[in-house]
Amino acid sequence: MTTSLQLPRWIDAGVLPILNLAMAFLISGLVVLAIGESPLEVVEILIYGAFGYDEAIGYTLYYTTNFIFTGLAFAVAFHCGLFNIGAEGQAYFGGLGVILAALYLDFLPFPIMLIVAIMASAAFGAAWAYIPAYLQARRGSHIVITTIMFNFIASSLIVYVLVNILRPTGSMTPESETIAEHLRLPFIHDIAASFGIDMASSPLNLSFVYAIICCVLVWLFIWHTRWGYAIRTVGANAHAATYAGIDPGRYVIMAMLISGALAAFMALNEVMGVQHRLLIDFTAGYGFVGIAVGLMGRNHPVGIFLAALLFGMLYQGGAELSFEIPTISNDMVVVIQGLVILFTGAMEHMFRPRVTQIYIAWRSRKMAQEAA
Amino acid sequence: MSESIHTAHGTGKTGTVPPAIELRGIDKRFGAVHANKSIDLRIEKGTIHGIVGENGAGKSTLMSILYGFYQADAGTIHVDGKLCNIRGSEDAIAVGIGMVHQHFMLVEPFSVLENVILGVEGGAVLRDGVDRARHELKRLEQEYSLNIDPDAIVGDLSVGLQQRVEILKALYRGAEILILDEPTGVLTPQEADHLFRILRTLKEQGKTVVLITHKLREIMAATDTVSVMRQGAMVADRKTVETSPEELSELMVGRKVLLHIEKGPAKPADVVLAVENLCVDNAQGVRRVKNASFLVHAGEIVGIAGVSGNGQSELLEALAGIRVVSEGQVFLNGQDVTPGHGVDAAQLRKRGVAHVPEDRHRMGMVTAFTAKEAAILGYDDDPAYQRNLLLDWEAIRTTTQHLMDEFDVRPADPDLKAANFSGGNQQKLVLAREIMRDPALLLVGQPTRGVDIGAIEFIHKRLVAMRDAGKAVLLVSVELDEIMSLSDRILVMCDGVIVGEVAGGMANERALGLMMAGVAPEQAHAEAGQ
Repeated sequence: MTTSLQLPRWIDAGVLPILNLAMAFLISGLVVLAIGESPLEVVEILIYGAFGYDEAIGYTLYYTTNFIFTGLAFAVAFHCGLFNIGAEGQAYFGGLGVILAALYLDFLPFPIMLIVAIMASAAFGAAWAYIPAYLQARRGSHIVITTIMFNFIASSLIVYVLVNILRPTGSMTPESETIAEHLRLPFIHDIAASFGIDMASSPLNLSFVYAIICCVLVWLFIWHTRWGYAIRTVGANAHAATYAGIDPGRYVIMAMLISGALAAFMALNEVMGVQHRLLIDFTAGYGFVGIAVGLMGRNHPVGIFLAALLFGMLYQGGAELSFEIPTISNDMVVVIQGLVILFTGAMEHMFRPRVTQIYIAWRSRKMAQEAA
Repeated sequence: MSESIHTAHGTGKTGTVPPAIELRGIDKRFGAVHANKSIDLRIEKGTIHGIVGENGAGKSTLMSILYGFYQADAGTIHVDGKLCNIRGSEDAIAVGIGMVHQHFMLVEPFSVLENVILGVEGGAVLRDGVDRARHELKRLEQEYSLNIDPDAIVGDLSVGLQQRVEILKALYRGAEILILDEPTGVLTPQEADHLFRILRTLKEQGKTVVLITHKLREIMAATDTVSVMRQGAMVADRKTVETSPEELSELMVGRKVLLHIEKGPAKPADVVLAVENLCVDNAQGVRRVKNASFLVHAGEIVGIAGVSGNGQSELLEALAGIRVVSEGQVFLNGQDVTPGHGVDAAQLRKRGVAHVPEDRHRMGMVTAFTAKEAAILGYDDDPAYQRNLLLDWEAIRTTTQHLMDEFDVRPADPDLKAANFSGGNQQKLVLAREIMRDPALLLVGQPTRGVDIGAIEFIHKRLVAMRDAGKAVLLVSVELDEIMSLSDRILVMCDGVIVGEVAGGMANERALGLMMAGVAPEQAHAEAGQ
């Protein structure tokens, strides 16, 4: 007679992630101490570097945008019981979709191009996710294996396309031509300026707004549509899905297509918003960090937004850190980020049994008091 | 509230012999759940003692404490009059307690001998231990007439024989006290009788047997003394000869229970379901249902009896559209609805086939969902639940509330997680979801598995009400009592074949048991009639 106790939401989505995070920072602090720096000073620089001034906030939110997209991508697949490790490759392909649209359909006016670019990136990312999804749904090949391999294949393919097709003649660097100025996503500071608000310039662009819209859409889709319901049924109990007449394979494919499309939206930020061209490895590991963002955010859009903000802060503040304290190299920042991923992702359940115990003890004492 | 009467002395022995097991004030909490409330229990040496109680009454917890899986929060365990500190199964074995679990703990590719010595090989070189074990095994096997070949591969043995291997394992480890947890769930009545004979032999040899079960018939047939548990407390001890099933069930539930279902004669009307030469293969390509043909009329309950694993599950799932039919045809109200080729579970549902699956946790619901999410499983495309492109959760909540009120699901909270309901209430929710759709045909598998007695009564009444409302009901159950008391006609399945049909009122447990073991109906009736 074991009772699986449900923790209230404020513990599950509040106390536990904060505890995990605190643990990560504690260990990071020890590492910082070990190399002879003050952990407090590091925290100060990290937070100031991420939120201390206009430009820093802009950068933080620019990183956040990428993490929202890849975190949402992970979450949608996860609700269907799939561990999509392929956001990296799907985003890379999304970049190809965006650049092809922007370079070859450059006669379109911006509003139409915006829609075309969203559709193109979604289509390319979804297409790249479709193959592992099909193999999982109809042939039983494990999605973790196939998506991770498809990251490598995507990487090689895009290099080929860049070097042999998209590279302007005469150029020595493997990157595409730049997107025409009127087709780029406007920067937030430019938009603000047109309303007469003065903001420091940063890479933050319109895709941030789209990321927030995607959060709302994913929330509606997963919890308020039949298809989301079916996806969650398949993810929680595939036998029950079959019993209900829901074809699990069909929804595995649907979830992966949406997941791939969401990952690909990252290219809107990077390719259309910031770099304005397709660069080698522009995905830079955002796809992988998206897994930690999804897990830490409990695969809920609100949680994902907060987790994405945290990682955005770590990226921007970390960059500032290695700049301010020379003994803390860039690798050191990666260590801190790695610890956060370790504690919030891989070791997510470390504190759960203890916290559950404490909660039960506290609750039964409270019930005893109320009874008395 | 305890009305314990400590009169349970063994078979004519005096009080000078210390009891085989004595529990004093055993108390155990799991968080807010008080699983065992200061339990006192005395089991005399050389008796068969039964422990009955509903699911969740705390029987398994108590035995797990005795066997060392859990430690009690308070209380003491005395074996043969000596205080014992049992901290794990090794300690339990050391004081002579052996346990036969409901789900066997056997290595199927190993031989009987290898299974028995597993964990007590006796030294690094296997051969010495094996020789010694072979000797000992022969002795045990003859002493208790277990009829087991030590070199047989366990995976090839029938369930009944596998269970004897488990008993042998315990005896080989020197068990003087044998605990059996729901031992007859997977046995035919004949196999169960054989098991009880073995238990009686054990008793004659001076062993003590503890039998945990929810089947009152077995308690009455096999035990000397019986204890009843209810909601974590030991509510009564009785000598078996001095009690009755009615008294025991009343003690278990805490109120009077109807053990037999009041139902009038069936009024069968038109054929609703016609099955012709149906064959179903499993994923490995093994034929599990062989040429099944039968009819189910409106207004009757047709029961399918059989020992678990003889093709009933596959038949039911095929008819519900979950499994692909290999050969044969299925007609619903005269229309061909043979599953596969474009007819799936969703379409059958639309045509009026409701299905209560055998295993509600595996199939019937998603335990991670809230009750209202579980209540639309299979019906999420109902227009009443849609609002534009989104699901109308308010409408769904209202419907779920209605289902819960109608079927007395407690607590009646549509937002509570399905996992937090008791087995009986989960099952009532599943039944409500399927029955309230007013289907033409209701397929029901194991409707009362893991369900407490109070809910069983309710569920049986609803099934009879379905019949009386002119619906066709096909019932699959491994509980013979359930099949016999509900069905208007009984089909018996053995090894995928429907071996015979018996009219519900005419059914005889012995004849059914023989048919379940594959004996032809005429012969079974003849033998049972003797």
